[in-house]
Amino acid sequence: MAEVAKKVQMLDIYIMGKRYRVPEGLTIQSALEYCGYNIIRGCGCRSGFCGACGTIYNFTYDPTIRYALACQTVVQQNMVMTQIPFFPAAEALYNVEDLEPKEGGNKLAELYPDILTCFGCNNCTKTCPQDLEVMEFMSDAIRGDYEKVYEKSFDCLLCGLCAARCPQGLQPYNIALAARRLRAAHLAPKSQHNLDRVKEIEEGQFDAELKRLKKMSADELRELYAKREIEPAL
Amino acid sequence: MPYPASMEESKRKVEETRPKRLEKGPADRIPAEERDALVSKFHPDFIKEQFRELRIGANKGAHAPLEIADLLEGNSRIDPGRIDLDKVDHDVDVLVIGCGGAGGAASLLAEENGASVLISSKLRLGDANTIGAQAGTQACDRPNDSPAIHYLDIVGGGHYVNVPELAEALAKDSPDVIKWLEELGVNWDKEPDNSYHELSGGGASRRRMHSCRDYTGLEEMRVIRDEIRQRNMHGRKIDWLEFEPAIELIMDGKGQVAGAILMNLETKQMSIVRAKAVVIATGGMGRTHIQGFPTTNHYGATADGLVLAYRVGCPLIHIDTMQYHPTGAAFPPQILGFLVTEKVRTLGAEVVNCDGEQFAHPLEARDTEASAEIRECKERGKGVPTPTGEVGLWLDSPMIDIKRGEGTIQRELPAMVRQFGRFNIDITKEPMLVYPTLHYQNGGIAIKADASTPIPGLFAAGECEGGVHGRNRLIGNSTLDLFVFGRRAGRAAAQWAREVKLGKLTLDHVRKWHREIKEAGLEEMPVSPMLLPNYARQERYVPGFQPLGQVSPYTPFGDRAVRWI
Repeated sequence: MAEVAKKVQMLDIYIMGKRYRVPEGLTIQSALEYCGYNIIRGCGCRSGFCGACGTIYNFTYDPTIRYALACQTVVQQNMVMTQIPFFPAAEALYNVEDLEPKEGGNKLAELYPDILTCFGCNNCTKTCPQDLEVMEFMSDAIRGDYEKVYEKSFDCLLCGLCAARCPQGLQPYNIALAARRLRAAHLAPKSQHNLDRVKEIEEGQFDAELKRLKKMSADELRELYAKREIEPAL
Repeated sequence: MPYPASMEESKRKVEETRPKRLEKGPADRIPAEERDALVSKFHPDFIKEQFRELRIGANKGAHAPLEIADLLEGNSRIDPGRIDLDKVDHDVDVLVIGCGGAGGAASLLAEENGASVLISSKLRLGDANTIGAQAGTQACDRPNDSPAIHYLDIVGGGHYVNVPELAEALAKDSPDVIKWLEELGVNWDKEPDNSYHELSGGGASRRRMHSCRDYTGLEEMRVIRDEIRQRNMHGRKIDWLEFEPAIELIMDGKGQVAGAILMNLETKQMSIVRAKAVVIATGGMGRTHIQGFPTTNHYGATADGLVLAYRVGCPLIHIDTMQYHPTGAAFPPQILGFLVTEKVRTLGAEVVNCDGEQFAHPLEARDTEASAEIRECKERGKGVPTPTGEVGLWLDSPMIDIKRGEGTIQRELPAMVRQFGRFNIDITKEPMLVYPTLHYQNGGIAIKADASTPIPGLFAAGECEGGVHGRNRLIGNSTLDLFVFGRRAGRAAAQWAREVKLGKLTLDHVRKWHREIKEAGLEEMPVSPMLLPNYARQERYVPGFQPLGQVSPYTPFGDRAVRWI
């Protein structure tokens, strides 16, 4: 356990320009808390899923702006940071049931005509804390290739940093969201077994069996449970 | 170099034993008799001194975890004498408190059923445990499955104390939930033959877990949230307030719930909502850090809904049982307690000890799996110590690609690959170190099958309600619960709102509560609901300064920082 006895290494960090000293190894989020901040905005799942804690940072010796999720990024010596809590970007108006694509049309360009003004600066991609190929799926959106937008944007957390950074005022994350909803509702093949089961349940096909189970004592259920057949995990 | 030298030797043993384990297959399942004995000896729910009897309220005499008991018996944040209920800020049919999957579904269904809806969200719209749910949503829609088979899994997993009507509703609504979400725009994983891609899960006897890669909850939540926004933009009667949680319910003179008092977290101003029906959908309690456990839960999971309901006299059920997820990250320390989805095990990874030996079937129900892990570390001394003083066991993820072909991990578990990759651990090549983490509140507010509570006008849905899962919830049944009971609550609340006649608004229940606290000598209890944990380093406070919320006994750095640096 030699590591336990290791001396605490303290780092200098700058929160909105103000200098603090924090132990190494903290995430930006826990460093803020270590410095005494009780966060209200800019904190959600604390595990990299919700996109609430978008943060920009650079270094005292390097002005290049970088982007991160505060909960997923470890502080470094001379880091200068400020959080950009989520703020909503413009969103097109639609009903998902009306998004059915037509041959030769492009629903995304209809909803977001401005996407054609994208000039490929790639700032969105550089900004994305999930390392998604944002500019690529914007190109796919311009071409109306919903499947590719879905595929490439699926891990998007909607943190909004791409829209905040876009010099053309585009909203890549909202455009991708519309594409994915469109795909699920209109392009994904229907799963017949599910529709059949929904109908069987509506018709009351399982009611008698459920009624019998609901009346069983714990002992009866325990016996049945122990005997149940378990399908292999695949 | 991701793992420190002190852990490398044990990691090597995992690699050495891997071929043999792959050949032999998983460990045997634990027989039913042994399972009960194992759980009652090692599961945190059975550590008596961590619980105490409630002294006031609808569950007086029942036991609750110490952390929850303190909140339930807490003091109100308001002084009823200083609040003018005639000044109503928002007048709506249905108030939904909380906006994760359950609150979102309830809002949509209430609106569809003709009610005007206001959502009170403590953080942003959609900031909830839902968004971090990874593995999937169960639904009994394959031909060899049925609601009856699903039901038996639910009650067997729940130790046979589930409320039968609630378990039935969960199973019966499940295929329709999947269909509903797809129509709204949720992209479920599918097989080449267009059927759903369905995996097995701990305690499930059929493959019925529907997934969206390992971002299932995120996909569900971003679609639900967008649908709420779209309806609002269309001018439909659905609106929300962010960073404005409920701090107390309002009643009317007839004993009906009639709204709530909200507090703007940033300006600390209060607002008064009159509502004909209230749906509580505030989620879980992980941020109370029961028994000092780290948690998988989001920042706002502080059991607020339990407190609100308890204060108007609503009973709770199974509140003494929590779920400890068997695989929380035990290393690196920056993500201590972070959820490692059960899908890792459903895809074929095993949990093994410091010598690379199997000790339990990887797909036992969660309480059993967690208990076996605690036994392995505490009784048998077969855990792997970390430099920060934690202990863990290996989750041998590289097995997945060996069993299912290269690229499976990257395709099925992109979130896990990314999150561990951020700390230089490549889970396609190296195992993860895991230990049980506080994950889910099995019990909660007592409801009927239509999500109504015994208090007129009050409904509850999602993790904050109880009885559905008995004393142990199965994987994929939580995201299902959200939509099954969220939708039921929305429908029932809209129906109730159409029929009810509200009387004069009152806070007499709060006055009565404070009298009871005084009589029981509990004035020293904290103020509740807790709203947010307070992780700000404590010694920085000026004496006399009153921080927002309670000072948490647990901090993500605090003592731990001293231990690991």
